[in-house]
Amino acid sequence: MNVELINIHKWFGPVHANDGITLRIPSGVIQGLLGENGAGKSTLMKILSGFYQADEGEIRLDGKPVKIESPADAIRHGVGMLHQDPLDFPPMRVVDNLLIGHRGGLFPNRAEAIRAMQDLQARFGFNIDPYAYVDSLTVGERQQLEIMRLLWLGARVLILDEPTTGISANQKEKLFATLRALAEQGMTVIFVSHKLEEVEELCHRVAVLRQGKLVGEVEPPYRTEDLVKLMFGKVVLPEDKTHFDSKESLFRLENLSIEDYRLQIRNVNLTVHRGEVIGLAGMEGSGQRQFLQACAGIIRPVAGEIYLGEKRLTGRPYREFLEAGITYVPAARLEEGLIPGLTLTEHFVLAEPQNGFVVNRQKAEVLTTQRIADFSIKGVPSSTVESLSGGNQQRALLAMLRQPLSVILLEHPTRGLDIESTIWIWGKLKERCRQGTAIIFTSADLEEILHYSDRILVFFGGKVSQPIEATKTSVEELGQLIGGKGF
Amino acid sequence: MVRTSSRWTNFVFQLLAIVLALAFTSLVMVLAKANPLEAYRNIVVGSLGSINKFSDVLVAWVPLLLATSGLLVTYTAGLWNIGVEGQITLGAIFTTWALRVLQDSTLSPGLIIVIGFLSGALGGMLWASVVAFLRIYGGVNEIFGGLGMNFVATALTIWLIFGPWKRPGIGSMSGTEPFKETLWLPTFAGLRISPWSLVIGIIGIAVIYILLQGTYFGLKLKAVGRNRRAAFLLGIPTTQYMWAAFLLCGLFAGLAGAVQVLGVYHRLIPSISSGYGFLGMLVAMLINYQPAWAAPVAMFFAALNIGSIQLPIVMKLDSTLSGVLQGALVLAVLLMDGVRQRLLRRR
Repeated sequence: MNVELINIHKWFGPVHANDGITLRIPSGVIQGLLGENGAGKSTLMKILSGFYQADEGEIRLDGKPVKIESPADAIRHGVGMLHQDPLDFPPMRVVDNLLIGHRGGLFPNRAEAIRAMQDLQARFGFNIDPYAYVDSLTVGERQQLEIMRLLWLGARVLILDEPTTGISANQKEKLFATLRALAEQGMTVIFVSHKLEEVEELCHRVAVLRQGKLVGEVEPPYRTEDLVKLMFGKVVLPEDKTHFDSKESLFRLENLSIEDYRLQIRNVNLTVHRGEVIGLAGMEGSGQRQFLQACAGIIRPVAGEIYLGEKRLTGRPYREFLEAGITYVPAARLEEGLIPGLTLTEHFVLAEPQNGFVVNRQKAEVLTTQRIADFSIKGVPSSTVESLSGGNQQRALLAMLRQPLSVILLEHPTRGLDIESTIWIWGKLKERCRQGTAIIFTSADLEEILHYSDRILVFFGGKVSQPIEATKTSVEELGQLIGGKGF
Repeated sequence: MVRTSSRWTNFVFQLLAIVLALAFTSLVMVLAKANPLEAYRNIVVGSLGSINKFSDVLVAWVPLLLATSGLLVTYTAGLWNIGVEGQITLGAIFTTWALRVLQDSTLSPGLIIVIGFLSGALGGMLWASVVAFLRIYGGVNEIFGGLGMNFVATALTIWLIFGPWKRPGIGSMSGTEPFKETLWLPTFAGLRISPWSLVIGIIGIAVIYILLQGTYFGLKLKAVGRNRRAAFLLGIPTTQYMWAAFLLCGLFAGLAGAVQVLGVYHRLIPSISSGYGFLGMLVAMLINYQPAWAAPVAMFFAALNIGSIQLPIVMKLDSTLSGVLQGALVLAVLLMDGVRQRLLRRR
């Protein structure tokens, strides 16, 4: 099926997530869609698959303008989307998952579903027991199930969002073979990814998005440098290269290994200096979050050692990390960092060490007023945190950091903030570095990482690069590493 | 400016809620072919008509206030301690047990009563700790755990009354053998209310008010209730705080049960909790978990309960009418709150 997206616009509040994107995809093609986090790829695909409606623009399928109002609507038009995290029902059987969303009478026809499933399995060489429970399947098998479900529902356009995360190399090969077979049969396949190698291997053509705009369409033979340049572009930050790296060892990781159901991070060795800033680059979900949380003592590493100075912290409870002056600032401000319903004053009282049994309201008020002024928070002491804007919530989070601290671990400290706030927040953080605090932070913005870090670690699917001196690398080189080139 | 206008709209919506609840209750009465105005008048007379009647309102007020106080703690921690009924019952059972063991001893009656209160508190905490354990370590939602434990508590009461603690001769629904009068909480002359009950109720709510409004404990508990993850990251030991909330609520519920035995019934009866646990949940919801309002609103609910006792006699109406009004009131207030938020969001 020919897919045409014409002049698509989508705003989320002030954010222009899709800015006049026009993309035409003929049938029988595997179309790659590249872009960094927040570039607008997911938004665009969710518009095509009915999760969102475009604010402006038109979608044409086989030349006919259509209005897609829901995912169910999309599948009726033949558009199906495979999400990054499988949207299935783990406690139910495979065949029942297949039947969900299928239109039929009061009683589902299991026999027919199983017949259809066996046909599809034979076509693609899948081998899933229709009576197995979904939570007993691997991520790869769940993907195969989802592909079969969409095909059975009549999908002729298949959108895959980062489908290779968390599946084995073997399953990846099978997936790619399936996608190629589908394209040969005239299906349109849209492959959303940030992994350069996979896109280069699989896709017949690639479109690159950056900051909501379509910045380029490329056909083979691909040149990796061109793709990286298109993805990351150039953002200009004002000159502020103040560094306080003392070369004096402060925080040490020895052969640290972390595991979670999707990722394995193995044998990280790192010595962080007093006053140093370490930037963690990599696509979302490559292991940076787990790494930060292990450093903070929130998740326990499966092997290795963590030292602060001479103090061994491995396996100690989170509170001991806190007491030692290691603090984690999460990215999800209202979900993990702040407490909706509580005021700024109450937050600052909670963040300070407890002093007696009864809260001294007056003192707390004075402290809060002081912090509001220091951090230019637009709010009053009795403002609840959810009434503040995102930038002011971030300022409040930073204002809650105790004095002094050894290590600050920040997850996306400037996500969603304008350039002015970003510079201001880094000013505050660098003040901490001047006092000898080490900072480890993640960011999706390579320019920010290059600009403020002393050294950089690149994450790719749980693999961690050697520390890279910020002065000896470039956005292009980091971009290639993030895309998995060189691992 | 936004603040004052929203306070006004709040007030208007609350007023609307009361009107709505009264209208609904009146409609029910009209359907039952009764005169609503006469019924309301009877409720007022039945609860405030004489000093005797008012003292009966206070008798109901104390355990209701204690249950509400305890529930305010669990609500603050984000927990729905529906097991409060069973915790009241266990408080009553433990108090009865202590009195049965000690009633023939040489201890002074005053001391036995004090031990009775302490045992009641212990019983409530014990029952709450089962729910807490299931919730914190077993992942069993406290609503289900509490509901289950309520049934067990009821069954336990019935078994005791008809089994080991039955009256000489034959067990009956009227409960265990009443204790001798020296073990009754002393009352005001000629009235049924004891000054000691009042003191316990008032001190109880005062303690909760101070704890929740002024202390680190209260603030941290609130943080745990509003966002457990963020509270943990801030270094608050969330598990301990959840335990504390359950145990405190159990303690207050247990005291309510002790008051029912020592000050009201002087024995164990089958429905010793009198539904004050569930009623306390309604009060807590109605006051939106602000301790300052607990005493007056609990008083209002107690008055409705006592006032409606008149209805079957005078008007041949069932006394559960007070329950209709109480339920309608809570639902109307919650509904109006939802409507208000919807309207404000749309603007």
